[in-house]
Amino acid sequence: MAIEGAEIIKAASFLGAGLAMGLGAIGPGIGEGMAAAKACEAIGKNPNEAGLLTRTMLVGQAVSESTGIYSLVIALLLLFVVS
Amino acid sequence: MEIDIQTWAKVAAYTGAGIAMGCGAVGAAIGEGYTAAQANFAISRNPEASGDIFKSMLVGQAIAESASIFALVIAMILLFSNFSGATTIAISTFLAAGLCMGLGAIGSGVGSGFPAGAACVGMARQPAMSGRLTTNMLIGSAVCQTPAIFALVTSFILLFTNFSDRPLSPTWAAIIGAGLASGLGAVGSGLGGGLVAETSCEGSARHPDTAPASTNLMLLGQAVTQTTAIYGLLISFILMFKQFPASDSLAPAMALLSAGLCMGIGAIGPGIGEGFTARSAVQYISRNPRAVAELTRTMLVGQAVAESTGIYALVISLVLIFVI
Repeated sequence: MAIEGAEIIKAASFLGAGLAMGLGAIGPGIGEGMAAAKACEAIGKNPNEAGLLTRTMLVGQAVSESTGIYSLVIALLLLFVVS
Repeated sequence: MEIDIQTWAKVAAYTGAGIAMGCGAVGAAIGEGYTAAQANFAISRNPEASGDIFKSMLVGQAIAESASIFALVIAMILLFSNFSGATTIAISTFLAAGLCMGLGAIGSGVGSGFPAGAACVGMARQPAMSGRLTTNMLIGSAVCQTPAIFALVTSFILLFTNFSDRPLSPTWAAIIGAGLASGLGAVGSGLGGGLVAETSCEGSARHPDTAPASTNLMLLGQAVTQTTAIYGLLISFILMFKQFPASDSLAPAMALLSAGLCMGIGAIGPGIGEGFTARSAVQYISRNPRAVAELTRTMLVGQAVAESTGIYALVISLVLIFVI
């Protein structure tokens, strides 16, 4: 069975998409968890500021989410545009 | 030199058994070591409670050990399988079953060690609470073990399902992908669940009156950390039970393998991160019980955001399986 060049490129882009999204999900997952952990600690210490703390937590998480979204974009590009 | 299928099946089964037991021993050993270290610390602090602490250490270690016993069972089955009727697809099922159980035991083994250690220290601090602490530890550790049980279930299905009537390509890749999705997906949830249970045991000992609230929030937090392991199990089931059309080309096979890898690796981060979040929420619920509502809400919102990358991984996996 001869494997053509186009076939290998397609296979590699599928594998690349999976790896990009899989590995890309590790960092934001842990980082956002840590941000939320500190927000919970701060609310435990000072429940009156819960609104401000939740807002700051969400902004911080949104920024750390960005690398996860980059991974998603690259994965979708690999799946639908490149191959 | 011509090597027949039976020989290759044996090669795969023995390699799989090695991976299963080798990786499977890592987590439980670390978790039990942590428990023993905490127990020593606890006994040095309060030698009079050494009887209770010693008992609780052994019970906690026994639970942490179960993940590696699952790996031992799978390794034994792989070593003593009947290879005479092995088909080509058996090569990948043996390898996938070993990978799945080996990787799946890491997180649960480490995770179960945390609550056991905290329960030992808690008994030194508050010997009157030892009954409640043991219960809390058992519940927390049991939830930590669920990802390892998911991996065990997937390994059993892989070993005892007859895949020989399916087309070899791309089923071989679907099978390896299924093993990786459940196995890798269990790492984060097992570890994260352990972090939550640790502070629940610690908090129950420091502030005994908040123990019920602490246990409730622990269960809620752990339930959310388990979701990514459940996504991994879901992708494994789809990969194992969906009939894929025969294809000689490489691309469909790589898409299925990649779907499993994507979900498996993608589940690690959110599992650990959600564990961190719930750990802090549970810690502060015992210090400031009046903030229960705020803490629960913030914990759930924070966990939901941390979950998002796990959901992206699930989406990409589903696209790889159903769209490509």
